[in-house]
Amino acid sequence: MIQFESFSEFLNMGGYAFYVWLSYGVTFGSLGILLFLSLRQKRSVLLEISKKMAREDRLKETRSSR
Amino acid sequence: MWKWLHSYADPERAYKLASTLLPWFAFSAILLISVGTIWGMLFAPMDYQQGESFRIIYIHVPSASMSMAAYMAMASASFVGIVWQIKTADWVAASIAPIGAVITFIALLTGAAWGKPMWGTWWVWDARLTSELVLLFLYLGVISLYASFEDKVLAARAAGILAIVGVINIPIIKYSVDWWSSLHQPATIKITEKSAMPMEMLAPLLINIVGFGLMIGAITLVRYKAEILARNGMRPWVRELAKAEASK
Repeated sequence: MIQFESFSEFLNMGGYAFYVWLSYGVTFGSLGILLFLSLRQKRSVLLEISKKMAREDRLKETRSSR
Repeated sequence: MWKWLHSYADPERAYKLASTLLPWFAFSAILLISVGTIWGMLFAPMDYQQGESFRIIYIHVPSASMSMAAYMAMASASFVGIVWQIKTADWVAASIAPIGAVITFIALLTGAAWGKPMWGTWWVWDARLTSELVLLFLYLGVISLYASFEDKVLAARAAGILAIVGVINIPIIKYSVDWWSSLHQPATIKITEKSAMPMEMLAPLLINIVGFGLMIGAITLVRYKAEILARNGMRPWVRELAKAEASK
């Protein structure tokens, strides 16, 4: 059974709104940032590697054309 | 008997295993945290002493207990990496460290936001709070040591030794409320005796604890995959993936 009579009562959290929503906000906010940064890592690592491969290819070309 | 484990010292197999496990961890983490949080926020009965402020428990206890569990997982991985020289284990430890730091930060912050209305203060230097703060510094130490060396074999050894030595802090956190007088309340959930909490309050808490554990597992797998790729940039199978990603 839902413990709150209305949505505004839910938001009010029995007068502890600031502390409860601060906790939940920071928790899911920081988890969201962590997840976003973690998901981005793979692509940036692979792009870094492909840049390195391109550099090696250029180096090989200049060596063979000399 | 345990010989099959050796094959996961191979980075490519470890990468594939992580890819297979990831959707299961991610899906079950999202499911459990949604159920646990909604149940705890809307349906769990209000605490007669603490009023609605007690609902912070549904993220505070999971993050605090999992901050310690994640540390033990990280230290175990470091131990395997150092003793048996298995690099894939070192990378597990390196992947857990930043997640553990965030979870510990959440435990400290939600604790402060709960302490203010209940104890009248955001922070006190008592044993439980201080030892949890030390845990955050241990995670930050492991992260920075791993980042400080260009040679990642050396970096993992340095960070691993710190992680293993830091395990001493875990029982201190766990038993701090029994050993010293503390503002912090003693454990609510007891394994050997009846928990000091009715089932309607306890069930969503347990669901969120398991959910947080699975979530840490899922994010670890995400970071672990990137870590394997970063450490194996010279291998043909990684270069194939890099080529595919660059042409996207």
